[in-house]
Amino acid sequence: MSLTAADVAEIMRLLEASHFDELELEVDGMKISLRRNAAGGAERAAARGAPAVRAATPLAAAATPGIASAAPAPPADPALCDVSSPLLGTFYRAPKPGAPPFVEVGAAVEADTVIAIVEVMKLMNTVRAGVHGTVAEIFARDGELVEYGQALMRVRRAG
Amino acid sequence: MAIRRILIANRGEIAARIIRTCRKLGIETVLAASAADRDSLPARLADRTVCIGAARPGESYLKVETIVQAALGTAADAIHPGYGFLSERAPLARLCEASGVLFIGPTAAQIEAVGDKLRARAEAEAAAVPIVPGGAVESTHAALELGRRIGAPLLVKAVGGGGGRGMQRVDRLEALPAALELAAAEAGAAFGDARVYLERYVASGRHVEVQVLGDGRGQVVHLGERDCSVQRRYQKLIEETPAPHLPDELRHALHAAAVRFARRLDYRGAGTVEFLVDAATNAFYFLEMNARIQVEHPVTEAVCGIDLIAEQIAIAGGADFTLQQGEVRREGAAIECRINAEDPARDFQPSPGLVRVADWPAGEGVRVDTHITAGARVPPFYDSLLGKIIVHGPDRTTALTRLRRAIAATRIEGVATNLSFHAAVLEHPEFERGGVDTGFVARALRGNAVPEA
Repeated sequence: MSLTAADVAEIMRLLEASHFDELELEVDGMKISLRRNAAGGAERAAARGAPAVRAATPLAAAATPGIASAAPAPPADPALCDVSSPLLGTFYRAPKPGAPPFVEVGAAVEADTVIAIVEVMKLMNTVRAGVHGTVAEIFARDGELVEYGQALMRVRRAG
Repeated sequence: MAIRRILIANRGEIAARIIRTCRKLGIETVLAASAADRDSLPARLADRTVCIGAARPGESYLKVETIVQAALGTAADAIHPGYGFLSERAPLARLCEASGVLFIGPTAAQIEAVGDKLRARAEAEAAAVPIVPGGAVESTHAALELGRRIGAPLLVKAVGGGGGRGMQRVDRLEALPAALELAAAEAGAAFGDARVYLERYVASGRHVEVQVLGDGRGQVVHLGERDCSVQRRYQKLIEETPAPHLPDELRHALHAAAVRFARRLDYRGAGTVEFLVDAATNAFYFLEMNARIQVEHPVTEAVCGIDLIAEQIAIAGGADFTLQQGEVRREGAAIECRINAEDPARDFQPSPGLVRVADWPAGEGVRVDTHITAGARVPPFYDSLLGKIIVHGPDRTTALTRLRRAIAATRIEGVATNLSFHAAVLEHPEFERGGVDTGFVARALRGNAVPEA
């Protein structure tokens, strides 16, 4: 057998969701090495110095450049899991301005509970918890740009 | 307006190339990267990287709304699309126009005008630029009639195609109906447009293209031509400028035709008008226009001393276009080899994987555009270009000597490359003489002058 692009994408997704930083896989002569960039990001940012960034803009608002450095460390406790953004867009905690948020810290969620909206060019995409448990922490801020795969919230699994 | 921050909607060597010019200009960069490219060299070079989606292009680099949202969300003034991906998709240019983000490239209308190959043919005709005998086909009956008039061999081409994709060669008219059906089905699947047209097949041709820059208000200059005849299955492998042994009269006629074509469209930005030069008669025909920066742009930069990415950015920002044709000086000769992760021993199969060693050449007149360093990964989802080695010299012989030395000094380990193919082509007497036609690679591979075929 050989791996298709879809297989590799699936493997990458699994690595993303796991606690591991590296994966080496050899299948029928084809070798794949995958590594998440969590560790290297901060060093790289430090090594090349702060970028020239204008004040009071979203770019400056992100304290450090590079996507890895902005992400929270993956949870050490196996009962905790992160809900990541399925796509890049603007993160909203409530269905409309002024309305109460979908969830707060401490809220009980089911797999299909809507926890947020990510807007892409006026198209509202609902994000579901995907897990049964309690919201432990909310990382993303209302109205900010979130990236694909960025951890939005942390949920403590029930049971 | 002055552009202060650019979102780069691309990856690989061209993303790194665009970042380099932005740094020189003091422009900040945001790289829109897929999950597979978060750890790439461009991601490390950019001021910021945002992850736009999963590895597969359809889930990241080809998502128009996501790209524009990423530009808006990072307060980028402009989007540079590079080449490939969304660079010639009118919907991106149009959404940029509607969202107040500058698109570094032509207008959506211009992209559509050259993207529709039948329309481009009509524009060429109107600009008095020669086209290959041919035309639209509405029915099998009409196609046979046209085919009889033109005479076999013929090419069936997709109206929405380009770059050699979606073409069928027909040597006998009897085979035309079946070829039309197949071509239409393939074109429909590949380009979402099943329309096809006929052209005479020119047996012995050279691919010569002309680089143009337009300000969108009718001012157009050319930056000379590039000969891209060293191709395998319509994929360019070696490009050079000037085109060897072209009579001056023909060279000037090509330049003038390209300028006429671009001027007719009030073309904005950098573009390339491609021609087929009939090697037997020195006649030339319009092939298509590429409405973007091209892979092989560095050979033009080498001889002109002009940064084409900087010109693109200046034009998009609305700066006064002051470059006059008389100021464009071309000095010496430049040649580029595309180093791909593909295996000549296995019919040029792509060879993704982990690059363990990447020693690129350096030296007088040598330029390397690449995103590959030791430890880099070549994902299986994208094209296999590892980098480009470009040499410049006072004349073609010097450039060729430098290029042979540069290729020999290049060491890539971990993935298979076409370096041996390049080394063999550069030693081939026909290439050394210069002025080969597009059939050269196939002939050389059959004759085993180029190894491991």
